Amino acid sequence: MKDVKSQASKSAAPGHKGGLNAEIQSRIGHQLRAMYDDIVRQGVPDRFAELIRKLDVPQNTSGDQTNNNDGRD
Amino acid sequence: MPLTDALRDDILASVPSLRAFAISLSGNSDRADDLVQETLLRALANIDSFQPGSNLPAWLFTILRNLFRSDYRKRRREVEDAEGNYAKTLKAQPTQGAHLEFEEFRTALDKLPQDQREALILVGASGFSYEDAASICGCAVGTIKSRVNRARSKLAALLYVDGAEDFGPDETVRAVIGGNG
Repeated sequence: MKDVKSQASKSAAPGHKGGLNAEIQSRIGHQLRAMYDDIVRQGVPDRFAELIRKLDVPQNTSGDQTNNNDGRD
Repeated sequence: MPLTDALRDDILASVPSLRAFAISLSGNSDRADDLVQETLLRALANIDSFQPGSNLPAWLFTILRNLFRSDYRKRRREVEDAEGNYAKTLKAQPTQGAHLEFEEFRTALDKLPQDQREALILVGASGFSYEDAASICGCAVGTIKSRVNRARSKLAALLYVDGAEDFGPDETVRAVIGGNG
């Protein structure tokens, strides 16, 4: 189906569905990843690192006396 | 499974890509960070339902995606300054030309239907397989594939052809010429 279309478009509108399309798609993929990776590279903001550190659950510590350390407020 | 140190480290390691997903989806960095925070709280509260050895990023992305969908429904009528907000999240200011191209891309991405945008980001940027993306979005693999394809075509039309309506006359010409052959 794709082949038929690209053949037809070669006569009517060169490049719309052929090589230019592949080039455009690769460019779009590149732009999308550039945008995304730019944010990924910002790393972990402090607020999230702190959030996860604070949410320390009692099961995680060895021994059963964890509730001595922490009040229930 | 219980929240072990290793699991906590893995969750923390997923935060940068969770933020990238949230910002790409919402176009608004403040709202995106709230989404990430809510995602982390939900994940930690429901950590027992996480299956050890299964795909942690996919699990976290599913939570964030579902939160965003419900949040989006609530807020869709609000007018937002998506572009202005997004620019603030950039660390290095791109050059003028690159910046303009970037804004155009961002604007085009925002014009995609929700379903297509999330599919494209998950597969094209987050690097999930079609199968993982399907499980995150709760739909069939074929549906994800067609959403990604439609998203790519639409972006191409928005960015590299002056208006999708340019395709209109071409289709007609093509049909006429095609009819001859």
